[in-house]
Amino acid sequence: MTGYHAKLMALLVGVLIILTVASAIGSLLSARPRDKASRAVIDNLNARINAWWVMAILLGLAFWMGRSGVILLFGICSFAALREFVTLTNARRADHWMLAAVFYVVLPIQYILIWTDWHGFFTIFIPVYVFLGLPILSVIRGESGNFLIRVAEVQWAAMVTIYCISYVPALLSLQIPGYEGQNVLLIAFLIIVVQASDVLQYIWGKLTGKTRIAPRLSPSKTVEGFVGGVLSATLLGTALWWITPFAIWQAGIMAMIISLMGFFGGLVMSAIKRDRGVKDWGDVIAGHGGFIDRLDSVIFAAPVFFHLTHYWWGA
Amino acid sequence: MKRLYAKMFGLAIIWFSRFITAVRGFWKGVEPGDAVTIYFANHTSNGDFILLWTVLPPHIRRRTRPVAAADYWLTSKLKSFIGREVINALLIDRNPETRTLDPVEQMLEALDADESLIIFPEGLRNSSDEKILPFRPGIYHLADKRPDVRLVPVWIENLNRVLPKGEIIPIPFICTVTFGEPIALKPGEDKRNFLDRAQNAVLALGPGEGIIP
Repeated sequence: MTGYHAKLMALLVGVLIILTVASAIGSLLSARPRDKASRAVIDNLNARINAWWVMAILLGLAFWMGRSGVILLFGICSFAALREFVTLTNARRADHWMLAAVFYVVLPIQYILIWTDWHGFFTIFIPVYVFLGLPILSVIRGESGNFLIRVAEVQWAAMVTIYCISYVPALLSLQIPGYEGQNVLLIAFLIIVVQASDVLQYIWGKLTGKTRIAPRLSPSKTVEGFVGGVLSATLLGTALWWITPFAIWQAGIMAMIISLMGFFGGLVMSAIKRDRGVKDWGDVIAGHGGFIDRLDSVIFAAPVFFHLTHYWWGA
Repeated sequence: MKRLYAKMFGLAIIWFSRFITAVRGFWKGVEPGDAVTIYFANHTSNGDFILLWTVLPPHIRRRTRPVAAADYWLTSKLKSFIGREVINALLIDRNPETRTLDPVEQMLEALDADESLIIFPEGLRNSSDEKILPFRPGIYHLADKRPDVRLVPVWIENLNRVLPKGEIIPIPFICTVTFGEPIALKPGEDKRNFLDRAQNAVLALGPGEGIIP
C-alpha cells in the first residue's frame, strides 16, 4: 500500500509542476505587448490553464475522498453534459417524459449501479433497458412526428453523457490480481493520457500545424497536431507504466488506443456541434467551452479502456 | 424573521434555477448599471423573471421589481409570500373593470422611488408558435412619461422548454438571458411605431446565430 501512496504523491507533484510551469509561461506570454489576434489566443490559453487548475484540484479532491467522491464528481459531470446535450436536440414538449426519465431516473440508477458494484448490470442497463424503454415512453405520449429522430437523439444523449462517462468511475470496480486497492491510478492514467493528448494535439497544431485533417468538421484540427499529439501522448503513457498494472510496452499500446479514441471522440462531437451550428457545447468552463467540450475525448476512450483492461487483466 | 425566510427562499430559488438552467446573462451593447431601468422581455414561462432576476448582479437585483399579475400571485398563501416578500413584485390588477389602481401609475410611482422594473409587454405568456406577440401599449406610456429611464430589451431563451405549460417536472436545459442596447422614444414618434420598434429590439436578441450564443 505504501507503494500506492508514493505513486499517487509522485503523480500529484508531477501535475503540480506541469501546471505551475504552464501558468508561468502563460503569464510571461501575456506580459509582452502584441497585436489583437495573438492577444486573444494568449488570453484563451491563460483561461484554459486556470480552468486546468480547477479541474486538477477537483479531481484531486475526489481521489482523496475515494470511491464516493469519484462517483459523485463524474455523476455531476454526466448531469451537466446531459443538460448541454439535450439543449442542442430537437426535444420538445412531447418528449417531456422521456427527458424527465433520463435526468431523474436513468442517471441516478446508472451511478447507483456503479456505486453498488453491480458489474453485470451497469454495462447493459442503458444499452438494453433504457434503449428500449425510451421509445416506449415516447409512444405512450402518442406524438409520431419526427419520431425516430427525437428518440434517437435522447438515446444518444443517454449513451454519450451518462453511459460512457460513467465508465470512468466504473474503473474503480475492476478486479485486477496484484493491483488491489490501486484502481484510482487507472483513472489517473486514463484522464492524464486523454487530456494530455488533447493538449499536445493543440500545442503541436499551433506550432507546426498546416494541413487540416477535417476542415468541414473542425477547423483547428491538423494532421501535424494529430500525429504529434497522439505520438507524444503515447510516449507519456509509456512513461507512466509504473502506475498501471501493464508492462511498459502494454502501457504504450493502451495510451495509443486511448489517444486515438479520444481524437475521434472529439471529431464526432464536433460534427454534432457543426450540424447544430454552434461552436461550443456551453460556456461553463472558461476558455474550454462546455463540459462536453472537455469530456468528448474521455467519452470515447473510457468504455474501450475499461473493457480492454477488463478482458486482458481482469480477474 | 420573515425577512430572513424571504432572503433564504430567494437564494434557494436562484440556486435552483442555476441548477436546472445553468443560466448565463449576456450584455450586448449595454452594461449592468445603477441607472433606473425598465427591462422588457419576451414571456414564455412563469419563471421568466426569476431567470432574469438570477442573472442581474445582486446589488441591482435588490432594487429591481418584476411587474406581475395580482390575480396570479395572490391566489395562495405561498404564492403571495413569494410574490410580496421574496421577489418584491409590483402587483397589478389586469382587469380594468375591477381595478382601483392604474397599472401605469403604479409603475411610474415605483420608478420615481428609484426602483427598476421587469415587464413583459406581450401581456401574457406566449404559448403560440410565433416567436413574440404584439406589445401592449403600457411600455409606450412609460417611455413617454419618464424619458430619462433606460429601456433595456431582453431576450430569454429556452425557458419554455424547461417547463412547458401543463407539466410539473422541470427538465434541465441551458438557458440564456441576453440584454440589448437601450431604446428611447423619438421626438414625435407615434405609439404604433414605437411598439413595433421595441418588439423588434427584443426579437433581434433572439436566436439566429445558434442556440447558445
